[in-house]
Amino acid sequence: MRRLRIILWCMVAVAAALFALFYYQLNQPKNDFVTSAMVGQPLPQFALEPASADRPGLATADFKTGEPQLLNLFGSWCIPCRIEAPQLEALERQGARITGVALRDTPEDVAQFLELYGNPFTRIGRDDLSETQFALGASGVPETFVIDGAGRITYQHIGPIAPGDVPVILAELRKAGSGS
Amino acid sequence: MIPEIGLAALWLAAALAVLQLLGGVLGARREGMELAAVARPAAVLQALLCTVAFLCLLYVFAVTDLSVKLVADNSHSMKPWIFKVSGAWGNHEGSMLLWITVMAMAGGLIAFVERRLPERTMLATLSAQAFVGLGFYAFLLLSSNPFQRLSPAPPEGNGLNPLLQDIGLAFHPPTLYVGYVGLSVAFSFAVGALLTRSVTPDFARVMRPWVLAAWIFLTLGITAGSYWAYYELGWGGWWFWDPVENASLMPWLAATALLHSVSVLAARDALRTWTIMLGVVAFSMSMIGTFLVRSGILTSVHAFAVDPERGSFILALLVLYIGGALVIFALRAATIAEGERFAVTSREGALVVNNIALSAILGIVLVGTLYPLLTEAFDIRVSVGPPYFNPVSAIFLVPMLLVLMVGPLLRWREDGFARIRWQVIALFAVTLGVLLGVWLVADIHLLPLIGLALAVGVGIASLLPLAGRSLRRTPLATWGMVVAHFGVAVALFGMASDSAFQQERLVAASVGDAVEVGPWQGRLDTVYPVAGPNWTAIQANLHLAYEGGAERRAAPQSRNFWAPVMETSEVALLTRWNGQLYVAVGNQAQDGRWQLRLWWKPFVTFIWYGGVLIALGGALSLVGRVTTDLRRRRRPEDDVDEAYPA
Repeated sequence: MRRLRIILWCMVAVAAALFALFYYQLNQPKNDFVTSAMVGQPLPQFALEPASADRPGLATADFKTGEPQLLNLFGSWCIPCRIEAPQLEALERQGARITGVALRDTPEDVAQFLELYGNPFTRIGRDDLSETQFALGASGVPETFVIDGAGRITYQHIGPIAPGDVPVILAELRKAGSGS
Repeated sequence: MIPEIGLAALWLAAALAVLQLLGGVLGARREGMELAAVARPAAVLQALLCTVAFLCLLYVFAVTDLSVKLVADNSHSMKPWIFKVSGAWGNHEGSMLLWITVMAMAGGLIAFVERRLPERTMLATLSAQAFVGLGFYAFLLLSSNPFQRLSPAPPEGNGLNPLLQDIGLAFHPPTLYVGYVGLSVAFSFAVGALLTRSVTPDFARVMRPWVLAAWIFLTLGITAGSYWAYYELGWGGWWFWDPVENASLMPWLAATALLHSVSVLAARDALRTWTIMLGVVAFSMSMIGTFLVRSGILTSVHAFAVDPERGSFILALLVLYIGGALVIFALRAATIAEGERFAVTSREGALVVNNIALSAILGIVLVGTLYPLLTEAFDIRVSVGPPYFNPVSAIFLVPMLLVLMVGPLLRWREDGFARIRWQVIALFAVTLGVLLGVWLVADIHLLPLIGLALAVGVGIASLLPLAGRSLRRTPLATWGMVVAHFGVAVALFGMASDSAFQQERLVAASVGDAVEVGPWQGRLDTVYPVAGPNWTAIQANLHLAYEGGAERRAAPQSRNFWAPVMETSEVALLTRWNGQLYVAVGNQAQDGRWQLRLWWKPFVTFIWYGGVLIALGGALSLVGRVTTDLRRRRRPEDDVDEAYPA
């Protein structure tokens, strides 16, 4: 009985902690544009194997072309990534060069994802252990980074790209292009 | 005038709830018995008043009375009639009124019919019910008055989210609400029993129909919601582990556990504290679910239900009820006498395994759902998805299903394993045989493989309790158990088969092009625009045939609603006994070809057939239990121990 009582008071404590968390989060401003510590920094070093048969892999050196590019983190298992797919295609149509990193994925699943939801990527690297994801300071999927021609991160977009975000990202790309 | 009548009825009902609370508390403390006599009539009258208020709301929506703010915000004169009416609860205020109406009806029903419990426990239950109710009355009347007027009345309403203009969804939220409310009744009973320290088999028998009813509605609600997401979102999936889906799954898991433990308490007077605990947890999960959906603190596909300010109110109720109940529980639990003991190899033993596994899965889903919320507090954003939920819950689901195969064959109290040895060995041999057989012929992933084998094993095992019995004399409750367990097997078969064998094609087709997916072959005939009452759409017309059989027509649409502006996908489904063809049409590419998505999903429909069977099993049990109770009430000497759980 003593043990039962201790367990029960522990449950009360857990519930209290949970309610406190709810309260805290409820009063937190919802801001989807939280800047990562990596923004403004050069890209971390990575060299990733190709994630699909018809696109080359991705390495840090591929960004030092003098042209700004987008770096999109996605996964074939990620539902918000499907939602943002049309926006990535729209960005590509409007001249953005997009590279991708497929997180914790298999080549077959990536191929199927690209077939279903379109393939706006010039290069796709595979990141099986989320190492590059963490090195970029990203923690969720999808995320999109603007990288300038010198390989520096200039902008980070967290979450799926909504249609309204497309002009914002294009403007960031132009800014990155004129700055370097 | 009508809205004012509704509002007045609500205020009166709230006043009666205060009376019911006071009367109940005094009665439970054996003071002021004159006032205690008021508790039951107050509960009944409250039910009537809430019904009046809800009918008033239905009326203003049916006639599109735009001088009522809620109607102006959520309705539109051009909406089809059925969606005008369902719009009454397709919004925050209306759904809260529906909640409170169902809750008052349940309270009225208990007050009217329930005479088996000691009067003190009954009064404590009624006051707990009134206390919970008052929170929602306050919520409704102080911060979300559904009858608020708008002056001047606008010439036209704002419309309703087109995703919600769907017949399935018109009935999905109310179904879940009835389930949640049923659990609130179970919660009130648990608190009443706790306060008066009378946790008895009688208490379990009184509580069980409410748990059963709640569970039936939750099962139906989840099944319908899953089907809705499947055909309305156009992504071809039927479960996304989305926070809102999890919010409805968690109370179901708790209710399922409660349903089984309450049967142990009713039949064997064991698991007393545990049952009370589950009663509290089940309602907590409903409240947490409502909170997560309404507050919008988690990102979800169901973002239309979000309102952060109201989140604080629900959170306050959550703290009050759940925190309060847990504290009472911690204070009182030690004073509840321990129940009967039992052997590990017994019906109770198997049900305890079921309870542990269900609670573990509940914990897994809860952690997975809330984890992003916790890490976000430290500015780390994560998304938890199927790679976590599927394998981790399988760790507990698989042993639970194995025990499910054996448990119903065991006797209460104590049983020798030797008695059922051959049945068990045969069952496991069949399961293993299917596992190996499928593994040899088909190259599929591990989880679907295990799922298929277990589906066959559980399917056969679920029917065994009927073996050697006279089917006509088998109690309805036993039939209920058999049907529900068989439903689990059917649903599991559908899930495993869909994820193992589904075939997916994305094609860009011009008119006249041939398309094919799996065994289906066909052609895109025409694409043209069509107009509905409040939308226009691009409709693709296809003819498809299964393995060269008769041709069937599929006409998926990509719809544009204009009030409010929104694009949705209306998929075409061709159903056969062995699966469904799922066709969605997307945008036109620059070269003029149309994007078509086709899925062939073998046996996917079994998922929802299974869900319906599970609910049907619950319904059979409920009818069996209630009729037995009524018979027993006429002839109390028939009071024999029950042999089978719900």
